[in-house]
Amino acid sequence: MLTIKNLHASVEEGHEILKGLNLGVKAGEVHAIMGPNGSGKSTLASVLAGKDGYEVTGGSVDFDGVDLLDLEAEDRAKEGLFLAFQYPVEIPGVSNINFLRTAINEIREYRKEDKMSAKDFLAKVKTASNLVELDSKLASRAVNVGFSGGEKKRNEIFQMAMLEPKLAILDETDSGLDIDALRIVSEGVNKLRSEGRSIILITHYQRLLEYIQPDFVHVLNDGKIIKTGTKELALELEEKGYDWINEEIAQ
Amino acid sequence: MELVLDNKVLEFVSDFKKPETISKVRKQALDALTGMDFPTTRVEEWKYTRVAKYVKRKYKQTQASTNIEEYAIADLNAHQLVFVNGYYDESLSTILDDDAVSVQKIDELDEEYYSDLVDGTEENVFSLINKAYQTGGVFIQIKKNKKANHPIHMIHVLEGEEVIANARHFVLAENGSKSEVIATFHSKNSANSFTNVVLEGHVESNASLTINKLQTEAKDVLHISNELFVQDESSNFLINTITTGAQLTRNGLDVIVEGENCHTEMNGAYLGTENQHMDNHTLIDQLYSNCTSSESYKGVMDGKSVGVFNGKVIVRQDAQKIAAYQSNKNILLSKTASVNSKPELEIYADDVRCSHGSTIGELDQEAIYYLRSRGISAASAKQLLVAGFIGDILDKVENEALRADIDELFLNDFGWKF
Repeated sequence: MLTIKNLHASVEEGHEILKGLNLGVKAGEVHAIMGPNGSGKSTLASVLAGKDGYEVTGGSVDFDGVDLLDLEAEDRAKEGLFLAFQYPVEIPGVSNINFLRTAINEIREYRKEDKMSAKDFLAKVKTASNLVELDSKLASRAVNVGFSGGEKKRNEIFQMAMLEPKLAILDETDSGLDIDALRIVSEGVNKLRSEGRSIILITHYQRLLEYIQPDFVHVLNDGKIIKTGTKELALELEEKGYDWINEEIAQ
Repeated sequence: MELVLDNKVLEFVSDFKKPETISKVRKQALDALTGMDFPTTRVEEWKYTRVAKYVKRKYKQTQASTNIEEYAIADLNAHQLVFVNGYYDESLSTILDDDAVSVQKIDELDEEYYSDLVDGTEENVFSLINKAYQTGGVFIQIKKNKKANHPIHMIHVLEGEEVIANARHFVLAENGSKSEVIATFHSKNSANSFTNVVLEGHVESNASLTINKLQTEAKDVLHISNELFVQDESSNFLINTITTGAQLTRNGLDVIVEGENCHTEMNGAYLGTENQHMDNHTLIDQLYSNCTSSESYKGVMDGKSVGVFNGKVIVRQDAQKIAAYQSNKNILLSKTASVNSKPELEIYADDVRCSHGSTIGELDQEAIYYLRSRGISAASAKQLLVAGFIGDILDKVENEALRADIDELFLNDFGWKF
C-alpha cells in the first residue's frame, strides 16, 4: 500500500526534519507512529498529504504504484489518501455537507465514476455521522465553526467515513479528547478498519492504542524510525519514555 | 458671437434636451448646477473615486428599444417597469392587477410634498444633473395598510454607445404598507455610456420596504446612483445592493431616520475583476431614539479592481438608545486588487450601542489546503471559500426567484456555486 524509502524533507527555511525515513504499510494494517515532540511526526503527515511549505530533498513514497510525491494534495486524496488533521481548520460560510459533496463528486470524476445521487449521498451522511455520534445539525453547519475540540475530531472521522480512503493518516486525533470522546472516535475508526484500508496513527500517547490496536508500533526520533515493534512497545514507551531506546541504540 | 463655457458642468449638459416644462424641482436643480463643479479626488467624499475622465466625455440622450426578454427574471411574477436609456418605456412594461400598487410617471409626484421631505438633505452634481435633465422614471405608491401582491421590478437598460440615462424614481411606501422593489441595471453595446440614476423614497410609519438592487452592466460604462430614503417612526427599510458590473460604479445611499422604533438594514456585495472600480458610499442618519440599524458590506476583488467603502452612521444628540452595527469585509484575490475602507461613526448621544469594523484580507491558505486534502481542486476550494464569504450577504435576498437569478449570474460570470 505505502512504501516510504529514505525520505528526507526540510521546511522551506532549509532546516531538515525528516532524515532518511523508511516505512512500509501493507493493506489492512494499522501502524502507530510515536515519538517525542519535534521528532517529525506531524511533518511526516504533512509531507505525505502534500502541504505546501515542505521540500522533499530525497527518497521516495510509493502509494499503491503511484509516486505520491509527484501529486498535488487534492490528487493524493483522489488516489485514496486521507489526513485527519491535528488542528482541523474552521471555514466560515462553507457547510460540511456542501464541501463533502464537492469533494466526493470531484473524486468520482477523477476516478471516472458516476456522480453520487443526492439520495445516496444523504444516506451516506447519515451512516457516517452515526458512526461518530456526530449531531446531524453539525453535519450541515459551517466546517468546524463553533465546534468543540471533540466535535472537530469527530468531524475528521466523519469525513474519513464519507471519503472511504485506502490509507488514512490520523495526526494526533486523540489529543485534546476527553475519555468519552476518545472512545467514540476510536470506535468510529475501528468500524472503518477493513482488509483494504490501512491506517497510520500518529500519537504521543499510548492510551489511544488501547482503543485502536495497532499491528505495528514505530518510534520516530530526529526524523528517522529508530525502533519498530508490536503494541507492547507502546506500553514500554508509556512506562519508560523514549530515552532508553537511544541508549539501546548507542550500545 | 461664440459662447465660451468655462464651467465644466454646464459644458457637460450643454447638449442635453431642455425640458419642456420647468418644474420647481428641475428649476432648483438647474440653478444649483450653475455654481457646481465635478468632484476631484481632493474632495474627501470622492478621495478614492476619480471621475474626471468620464465627465470629459459627451453623452447623448437618446431613446431606444430593447429586447426585454433578456432581462426579465424567471418566476418573479412582478410588475415589470422598463427604462431604456433613462426613458420610461410603457409599451415594454407590464403592470399586473394589484390594488396595493399605483405606478405613475415621476412628473406626477407632488413637488411641495417632495421638497418638504428632502429639505436639508444633501445633493451632489450627479443627482442635480439627474433632477435637472431627467428623461423619465416612475412614482410608485404602495397603498396604506396594503401588502403589494407582486414585487416591482424596475429594469434599466443602456442601449447604444455614449448614452446618458437619467432616470429618476420615487417610491412612497404609505403607512402600514409592505412591498419589495427590485432594481436591475443592464447594458448592451453601450461602450462609454453612463447610467446616472436617482432612486428616492419615503417609508411612512409602520411601513416595510425592501429594495434589492442588482447592477450587472458591462465593464465599459459609468454607473452613478444616488439613493435617498426617509423613514418615519416604526418603519422597516432593507436595501441589498449587489454590484458586479460597470467600469466605475458609485453607489451613494443615504437613509434619514426621522422617527423612533425604526429598523434600517443595508447590505452590499461587490465583486470586481479586471480594472473595475466599485465605490459604496452610505449614510444612516439617526435623529430619533430607540432605533436599530445593521449594515454589512462585503467585497471580493480580483485582477486590478479597486473597491471603496465609506459608511457613515450619525447618531444625533437626542437619539438615545440607538443600536447601530456596521461591518465591511473584503477579500483580495490578487496582489494587484485593492480596497479603501472607511467606516465612520459620528455619535452625539450618550446612551447608544454602536460597533463598526473593517477587514481586508486574502483567502485563508490553511482552509484551501484543508479542502484540497479532501480531494477538492485548488480552484474549487477558492470558489467554495469565496461563496462562503459572500453567501451571507446573498442570503439577505429572500426573494427566491431573484436569488436563483443571482446564483445563475455568479455561476456564469465567476464560476461560483452556492
